[in-house]
Amino acid sequence: MNPTHPKPIYLDYSATTPVDPRVLEKMLPYFGEVFGNAASRNHQFGWAAEQGVEEGREQIAQLIGAQGKEIIITSGATESDNLAILGVAEMYGKKGNHIITCVTEHKAVLDPAHYLESKGFEVTFLPVDPQGMIDLKALEAAITDQTILISLMAANNEIGTLHPLKEIGQLAKAKGVLFHCDATQAAGKIKLNVEEMGIDLMSLSAHKMYGPKGVGALYVRRRQPRVRLAPILHGGGHERGMRSGTLNVPGIVGFGEACRLARLELEEEAVKMIALRERLYQGLAAKLDYLYLNGHPTQRLPGNLNLSFAFVEGESLMMGLEFIAVSSGSACTSASLEPSYVLRALGIGDDLAHCSIRFSLGRFTTEEEIDRTIEQVVATVTRLREMSPLYDMAKAGIDLKSIQWAGH
Amino acid sequence: MYSDKVLDHYNQPKNVGSFEEGDLSVGTGIVGAPECGDVMKLQLKVENGRIVDARFKTFGCGSAIASSSLATEWVKGKTLEEAAQITNSEIAEELSLPPVKIHCSVLAEDAIKAAVNDYKNRQ
Repeated sequence: MNPTHPKPIYLDYSATTPVDPRVLEKMLPYFGEVFGNAASRNHQFGWAAEQGVEEGREQIAQLIGAQGKEIIITSGATESDNLAILGVAEMYGKKGNHIITCVTEHKAVLDPAHYLESKGFEVTFLPVDPQGMIDLKALEAAITDQTILISLMAANNEIGTLHPLKEIGQLAKAKGVLFHCDATQAAGKIKLNVEEMGIDLMSLSAHKMYGPKGVGALYVRRRQPRVRLAPILHGGGHERGMRSGTLNVPGIVGFGEACRLARLELEEEAVKMIALRERLYQGLAAKLDYLYLNGHPTQRLPGNLNLSFAFVEGESLMMGLEFIAVSSGSACTSASLEPSYVLRALGIGDDLAHCSIRFSLGRFTTEEEIDRTIEQVVATVTRLREMSPLYDMAKAGIDLKSIQWAGH
Repeated sequence: MYSDKVLDHYNQPKNVGSFEEGDLSVGTGIVGAPECGDVMKLQLKVENGRIVDARFKTFGCGSAIASSSLATEWVKGKTLEEAAQITNSEIAEELSLPPVKIHCSVLAEDAIKAAVNDYKNRQ
């Protein structure tokens, strides 16, 4: 990085997090002297690796109120989601062919669900309200005698809205349907307990919680009920036959340490995140008009702030925030040239989806960084609005919806 | 990710602003739609058949802002007929726009044409 530039500010923790130095330290020996294959059962190199893996597995389990034996190690949350959905579909396909999920889920859930549709499954994609919440009555009404799985995320990756997991779990349990929860964004940020929430399968990712990339986990309930899964990867029968492949020992050790730290520091960190988030929101709201919060005002991830800066296109705003890393729901930042499907599902209008910025705060975010961010965002939005024809019109009292635009 | 020319126009856009709507020597073109993520307003001031000045306001990504900024520079001094002949590919080439941003240059071309037509309709 260029030393003459200001130190960049990272506010994209929902995309990925840096590895916590304490996590890295714990991992390092496993790249060196403790290099064994955890599946080597007959010598000390294998035993040492296995011990690291089992300790890690135990820490992962403890974060979500599970048992170590219920943790299947994967390469990340995308694999965990796929394994949960495809694995349940294949194993329980004879019992029923209906799955329920929601329109704002991550693509790692939606795409396997669409794939299953092509294989003859029925999938219900529940809508959400303007704050990103599902309707529990609609969920209940969607359950049929063919329903084998409900897959709903803990926290949305774009807008941070938290689903009512306990209520969903109770409903699933009462109807005898398995409940898979993609907790990629929520784990380590809010309290999760698979027993209290009635969760049967839960996807986790290390790199969203200060662990390394390339390692994740799927919690698979072992009793009441004992959940069975058909594997996607076939081979040496690792991970109780559900996920073959030599284990990523340093990754698992790091993931475990990240979970242990999260468990110990989660509550304190959440308070700090909410305070920083509010500082950012209030700081911007005090200086900018036409500012819209996307997602739920209170039921949201502590570190997530998703805002639409009306009349300013998201990518052009990001261009102005040269030394601040954020993400946008604007079409111009996506490969598909479509604005975010999550924001679209809220019904806020494509015009506001194009104007959205997601700020995601994390463990190493400081007040000083928030203040610098406020300053830069206000300056850039103000400058871009001065060259926005839409801001002129809004200021002149013209209803933009009343104009016949020539769409392209 | 962005060419230097796009960055220059984004950071120091040329001819941002508006002319009086009622001025008969001004032609205004507004193209695009908020739902599509870009709206360009381009205005031409015409004297004796020649464009003597231009203004723009754009809601859109950096490439859209750069395309409209460049368009205002290019139309100045041209006759209406010459201005209407500016093509999107010339704009895209000048700014080294990647394929995914070509539509921004198309919008700028459309904005020029719309402004020229508006001027002609008002005479």
